[in-house]
Amino acid sequence: MIYTKNLSKTYNGTTVLNIEELTIPKGQSFGLVGNNGAGKTTYFSLLLDLIQPTTGNITSNGVVVNESEDWKPFTSSFIDESFLIGYLTPEEYFYFIGELRGQNKADVDSLTSKFEDFFNGEIIGKKKYLRDLSKGNQKKAGIVAALIGNPEVIILDEPFANLDPTTQIRLKQIIKDLAEKQGVTVLVSSHDLMHVTDVCERIVVLEKGNVIKDLETNPTTLKELEAHFGSSAIASQEEEEE
Amino acid sequence: MIKHFLNLEWKQYFRSSYWQKNMAINILMVFFALYFIAMFLALGFGLLFIIKETFPDQDPFVMVNGFIFYWIIGDLMMRFFLQKLPVMSVKPLLTLPIKRSTVVNYVLGKSVVSFFNVLPLFAIIPFSIMLIRDGFSTSMVLTWMFTMIILVLITNFLNFIIEAFSAEKELSVLPIISVVGVLFGLNYFGVLPMTTLIGDALMVIANNPILVLIPLAILALCYAFNFKILRSKLFLDSSLKSKVTEVNAADLSWTKRFGDVAPFMQLDLKLIWRNKRTKSMAFLLLIGVLYGLFFYPQPMYREMTFMSAFIGIFSTGFFLINFGQFIPAWDSGYYKLLMSQNIKYEQYLRSKFILMVISVVLLFVLGIPYVYFGYKILIAHFAAAIYNIGVNTHVILWGGSFNRKKIELDKKAAFNYQGTGAVQWLIGIPLMLVPMGLFGLVNWLAGFTAAVALLIVLGITGIVFHKKLMKGITKKYLDSKYKMINAFSQDN
Repeated sequence: MIYTKNLSKTYNGTTVLNIEELTIPKGQSFGLVGNNGAGKTTYFSLLLDLIQPTTGNITSNGVVVNESEDWKPFTSSFIDESFLIGYLTPEEYFYFIGELRGQNKADVDSLTSKFEDFFNGEIIGKKKYLRDLSKGNQKKAGIVAALIGNPEVIILDEPFANLDPTTQIRLKQIIKDLAEKQGVTVLVSSHDLMHVTDVCERIVVLEKGNVIKDLETNPTTLKELEAHFGSSAIASQEEEEE
Repeated sequence: MIKHFLNLEWKQYFRSSYWQKNMAINILMVFFALYFIAMFLALGFGLLFIIKETFPDQDPFVMVNGFIFYWIIGDLMMRFFLQKLPVMSVKPLLTLPIKRSTVVNYVLGKSVVSFFNVLPLFAIIPFSIMLIRDGFSTSMVLTWMFTMIILVLITNFLNFIIEAFSAEKELSVLPIISVVGVLFGLNYFGVLPMTTLIGDALMVIANNPILVLIPLAILALCYAFNFKILRSKLFLDSSLKSKVTEVNAADLSWTKRFGDVAPFMQLDLKLIWRNKRTKSMAFLLLIGVLYGLFFYPQPMYREMTFMSAFIGIFSTGFFLINFGQFIPAWDSGYYKLLMSQNIKYEQYLRSKFILMVISVVLLFVLGIPYVYFGYKILIAHFAAAIYNIGVNTHVILWGGSFNRKKIELDKKAAFNYQGTGAVQWLIGIPLMLVPMGLFGLVNWLAGFTAAVALLIVLGITGIVFHKKLMKGITKKYLDSKYKMINAFSQDN
């Protein structure tokens, strides 16, 4: 589904991302973890053709993303608040996205009605503009908007941050369902190791732009990840002491 | 503490990308400032001679004092539109061990060194020097000078009080209009002769220096009032508590007839109507309609036919210019979304194009009454409207592909230079000067009819090649896609 080859991104001589080869099959729930500056958002931005790769490319469903725009109909994403249009109400925003993705109001309504639990009564029918919502509620609206129009690839950057515990648990279920039941390829990044191991079948660890671990999730994955990040913390502590 | 504040602001100013990227604007501002200083200096030194020449039998000092009222009124108006209370990002300071009163005093104190308070000195001081040289009593003139400086400061703080009130109103110009209107009306209809009142008061104070305490007391009162207003605002909840505005939803289903562009047109209309900056721009439409009234009532301008082409371009294109020059920066806040969504760039641009065309037609129709000043004006406006539709819409869309400056939509509109760069100045040349020059030239060489025909032909050519032109423009936008995304995601 998504094939990354020789991909690198360099800013002023500093390489922030360097992936030799990475294949994400269709219907996989894929997790990206790493410390700040590891290159997670850079990878997602490249996947959405928001920045230009220095070398290499990403092929999504047979489309080279920085050469053709044909990946857009089957790809959707929520990276940050700049994906929201502040002066619209959540409903208007959903309808707008819906129209861009060829869905009429009824389609959008029937989709959003499935997320009443998730919205917790704070999004729909509140007559508030998106810019006036709290960070968490903005995120909920953005995530659900990314599900409109039956996309085959969904990209969510840090979806769990800013959400309350109840919503986090509900979101995990939503993501799992998408991958397992509907065959959607879901790409998620997170700082929270527990959430990713709960949700994702496969976890890739990025460090300074390089893939350093590629794990199939199993009961010991969380331990392994904790050990990995814990050891680098200890290592840096030791460096300081020396 | 003041030292720290100054240090912070110095860094904020020079480290902002706004400063670094906007040298052109800064230079222009300095240029304006120097120009005004020169004007005021000339006024200060020359006023005495002018009055003596024109009114040899009157006491110039008394006469000047008689006009101070108008100065105050004019000053107040100018300040209201141009001067803002200095802004300071207080949020990070609130949790630090700094007294709130220190912050407030600092902000108010800083407003004193504003250009608006310094500028009058360039007139007041030379004028006082000239008075003394002319034989007026030194102590009297010095007292007068001192009083005038206090007066300038009173206007300074009075303006902030008015602004504080207008910030809460939907019609923000109402407080200033009412204050100025009432003062002016009282004076004009002779209910309360403010001119002589203030003039006499100044004379009395000048002759009795001890009375200077009265304006000083007024100044202190204004300061205290400002202090009170500001201090009450200096709590975190007033900045954290976001003002929740009621949604105003209008029925926009009529846009459906434009087919696949409809969602974008709805978005654009909401953009204009729901954001501060764009909203006040919509009111500019009114200025566009009334623009001709500045010129046409005067026979001098009616004689110059090329003027009607200029006014036509400007008044029918008023919205086009104001809205168009910031395409696509209006959408800079969510540009990444648009770029990763399933949209065709061409539709996005066509929506803006249709909106601008509608505005031109609307402004032309509203301007039809100008036929009262002569049928030629109407014909020239018609030609200008066609030119605007055929040529200027495309030119401004093309120019938009050079926009690299983000716009925050909820910031105030008037004299907000955010998003302005060299592009906005340069684009004015093909937009206004070219049609004006062409019209003027052909009008001079071959007459009015030929000039009108030229504008219309150019306009129609543009309309005929619309599809082709849009293709080229779209390509231009696609080419600068990454640069725009990068620029729009940077904070100023």
